Order: sequence, then structure tokens, then C-alpha cells
Amino acid sequence: MKAYDNVKIARQLARPTALDFINHCFEGFTELHGDRLFADDNAVVGGLAWFEGIPVTVIGIQKGKDTAENIKRNFGCAHPEGYRKALRLMKQAEKFRRPVICFVNTSGAYCGVGAEERGQGEAIAKNLFELSRLKTPIISIIIGEGGSGGALALATADRVWMLENSVYAVLSPEGFASILWKDSSRAEEAADIMKITAKDLYELGVIEKVIDEVPGGAHIDFEFTANLVKHNLETEIPALMALSPEELVEQRYKRFRGFGEYNE
Amino acid sequence: MALFNKSKYLPLGLNIFRKKDDIVINKAVESHETEADEEAKTEEAVVSVKCRGCGKEITKTEAGRYKICPRCGKYFRLGARERIYITADRGSFTEFDAGMSAANPLGFPDYEEKIADMQKKTGIKDAVVTGKCTIGGQECVIGAMDSSFIMASMGSVVGEKLARAFEYAIAHKLPVVIFAASGGARMQEGIISLMQMSKTSAAAAKHSDAGGLYISVLTDPTTGGVTASFAMLGDIIIAEPKALVGFAGRRVIEGTIKQKLPDDFQTAEFQLEHGFVDIIVKREDMKDKLAELIRLHYGKGGGEQ
Ligand SMILES: [Zn+2]
Repeated sequence: MKAYDNVKIARQLARPTALDFINHCFEGFTELHGDRLFADDNAVVGGLAWFEGIPVTVIGIQKGKDTAENIKRNFGCAHPEGYRKALRLMKQAEKFRRPVICFVNTSGAYCGVGAEERGQGEAIAKNLFELSRLKTPIISIIIGEGGSGGALALATADRVWMLENSVYAVLSPEGFASILWKDSSRAEEAADIMKITAKDLYELGVIEKVIDEVPGGAHIDFEFTANLVKHNLETEIPALMALSPEELVEQRYKRFRGFGEYNE
Repeated sequence: MALFNKSKYLPLGLNIFRKKDDIVINKAVESHETEADEEAKTEEAVVSVKCRGCGKEITKTEAGRYKICPRCGKYFRLGARERIYITADRGSFTEFDAGMSAANPLGFPDYEEKIADMQKKTGIKDAVVTGKCTIGGQECVIGAMDSSFIMASMGSVVGEKLARAFEYAIAHKLPVVIFAASGGARMQEGIISLMQMSKTSAAAAKHSDAGGLYISVLTDPTTGGVTASFAMLGDIIIAEPKALVGFAGRRVIEGTIKQKLPDDFQTAEFQLEHGFVDIIVKREDMKDKLAELIRLHYGKGGGEQ
């Protein structure tokens, strides 16, 4: 299988969404809205739920299941208010010592006039800054596309997992090909050298876990993958909750501090 | 902390009017890593550049110490060493990690050659120069990005040098001043370059938690992953007049909205108007302003000293 085949599966309209996982893995999801500053961004969903009897905060970047929902969700491309809503809910989780579970599925942060006027860069930056020192566990799962800074804003976490056919990259293979070779049609070739698949990123040490999908993709047997997500959370949430807030933050700092290769 | 045990402190070399993408060089000065009489050396050089503002040929003498077009007021882009030269007190700069150079984490084709070529052309090892210095007598850690080095894209070296700069500042209770400039992520380092956004932001957060002052100075152009990480995290955010500052590229946005954007979109002034920049400071006033801001936080009567 070529890397671009994963890209195609990750982008399928039938791909299970953040809300699919939230509804399957947790009980009694209460959605909370708004960033308290400007608006409620429908591309980001978040709120409270139960996981095995513990209260948790769950947040996802939500793509639509059809055109109408995609328009409502802005095709899973968040505005600054989406990232600020996510941060508000994470700070709330920190206050009440609830673990945070994020489901990431976005081609990237929205690129538009309003997004720039309201500080898309600042919104993402502030999330990276605050998540790096949040005193409660954060687990992020890339379930489809993990598009650049727009994904990282919800994935500066203690554990980052990817579904087998999801992809996580600094930009889309099309964008990469067009910047590097001025030819977006060379996306398949770009995907191969970019190292964007779950397997590649596991080997690079960027993620901790690859979650299996049935052949063809998670939409074919959603319960199979969703149950695996749930089982993994069952062990990981208590393990992270057992750490002191200081240990947690220090380990998270080290996790990101270690990325990079250079000669000196 | 033994963070700097491997670094070699090299003297600051002066390299005014080094070759860059946006200005035409008739004759460049090649004088890296020497600190011999810098003033005299620039006197000798016969250099002129074509201004991107008015299109006129401007000589080095006309552009002056701050590299500003005398005809139209356009700011020429400064290299990292030029920036430090006009900011740090004479002789006060000590470079950190001067020898650090890019590896090739993804095994990207021709990346080593590209880096070697850029190092030769620019005289710097990667897109940021960091170190410590005094500014108007105020001690600080300084970083300056250099848009002539692969558009100051952020890869492992930029991320690592900045993270170490923050950590040094934490260990020595110093403020940090970073002159940002960037086209975004270092494509050739893929996901590893993306991770530098979290790494630098986490280091900035740690420095902040330790009570440190971080002043971010946004220079032309500051975009992409650098805007979406440490550049927007200063306690105080300064911008140079007319600097391009934004997240997404203009063409990307125009492609999304199918409209032309106004000329003043994503300028320093636009960012100030929308609440993302504290002050716009002219290049010739920058050093004094930085010194004053540091003094307000660390000076006599209020800080460590
Ligand atoms: Zn001019």
C-alpha cells in the first residue's frame, strides 16, 4: 500500500468522525459551546462525558458526513474560535482534574480573512503554549487527517495515537508537491517521501500507538476500531491519572523537547 | 544544567548586505566570523541594492546602518548577524551553538546538498542565530532569524537553538528577545519540523512559568508555523513597520475566498489594529525600546539586580 492510499482512506466522506468515536467510547456526552470571546465554531466539538465511571473532557475536530453537514462544520477546518473553545474546555478540565481526550480530523486550520483578523496564528500558538503545561492528562488520537498546526493545536499531548489509515503531516501532499516542485499533481510522489502514515510516524517516534483498522478502512467495521480505541483508553487514562501534575507536565515537556535531529 | 557544554562560542562576524532573495547584490562582503574592524570593512565594500519599494538602486551608504531606503522608507530585510549587530551593545554578543547544523531526519532527497549550499551562500549554519548580549546595558538572551536561509523556515536546528536559548535564560534568570522572520515550516523535515512548533512553545511556556520576560519582535516576513508558535507568545509583541505578519499565505487565502486581498492585509499595522501586536517600533528606535522594556522588568529597583 502506498502512502497516498492512506490519504485517500483518511479523506473519505464515510470515514468515522470525532462524534462517532465520542458517542461510541464515552457515555452521556454533554456538548458545551463557544469560546466566550467571539463565537461557537462548529468545526470543533467538545464537552463532558463519562468514561468507565470517571468524568472526562472530550474534544474533536468534526468533519461532516454529507455536504450539508460539511458546510456547517466548515469541512473540519477550525477558525481561531474553535481552538479557543478547545483551550477553554481544556483549562476547565485542568481545574477539575479531568483527563482530556482529543479526536483530531482536519485538513488544517482554516485559511480565510476572518481567521487572520481574529488571529489564527495566535490561537494555535496559545494552544501549544498552554497544552504544554496543562496539569491534567491529554490523549490525542488522529482519526483521519492530521493537518499541520491546525492538528497540533489539539495534539500537544501526553500520548498521541493514530488510526492505521490516518495521516499526520506538516502540510498536504498536494501543497508539498506544489511548493517543492511547483506541481500539485505530484502529490502521490510527495506522500511517499513525506513520512505521513501512522506506521512511518510510529517508527519516527512521533506517536506512541497505531490503532488497527480492518482492511479497506475504519468505515467498513467502525466498531472494531472504536473498541480498540476504547480498550487503549481503559489502560492509558488510569496510568496517566496516576502521575502527579508536575510529573505529567515534565514528561510532556520532555516528549516534545526531544523531537529534532541535528549535528553539532 | 549542562545545556551548553558542547557549544562553541564564536565571535560575531559582520556581514552587511549579504546575498538574499529580495535584493540584488553587485558585490558582496565576505567576512564571516571575524570581528576585526567591522566599520572599516563595510566602508571598503562597494554595494548597492535595488529597493523593492521604489525600484531605485540604493547604495550601502545611502541605506545606512539600518538598511532603510532613503527615497521611499522601505525596510530592507536584515540578516541575523546584521540584526544582532544593530541591536547588541558593541562587543557584548556571545553566540550559542554556533556549529549546530541540520541533519536529515526523513532522509529527504538532496537536503544535505541544499543545506551545504545555503551555508556557503549565507555564512550561517541555519536560519537562526542565538546567543547572549547586552542591549543598552541590559543583559539578555537574543535570537535572530534570517530569511535568506531557506526563507527562515523552522526545522530541527531552529527549534533546538531556540529551545536551548529559553532554557539558558531560565537557568540564568534572563529575558529573551527573539526577532522572528519565517516563511513557515522546513518542508524537508516534514513532521519533525511541525514538532518544533510545540517544542519552542513549550520552552517559552517554561520560561514564562519561571517568571522570565519574553519579547517577540516580528519582522518581515513572519508567517506560518512560526507565527503559530513562539512568535505570537511574547509577553510583549513588537513589530517593525509594514512587516508582513500572518498565518496563512496570501495566495492560499485568495485561492480559498476567490478574491484579491487588500494591500494592507497581514501587515504589522493590520495586526496592531486587530489586537495581536503591542507596539510598532521603527528600526532605528528598536534598540532603545528593547533596553527600556527590559529595564522595566529587570532594572534597578524591580528585579534581580
Ligand atoms: Zn525605495
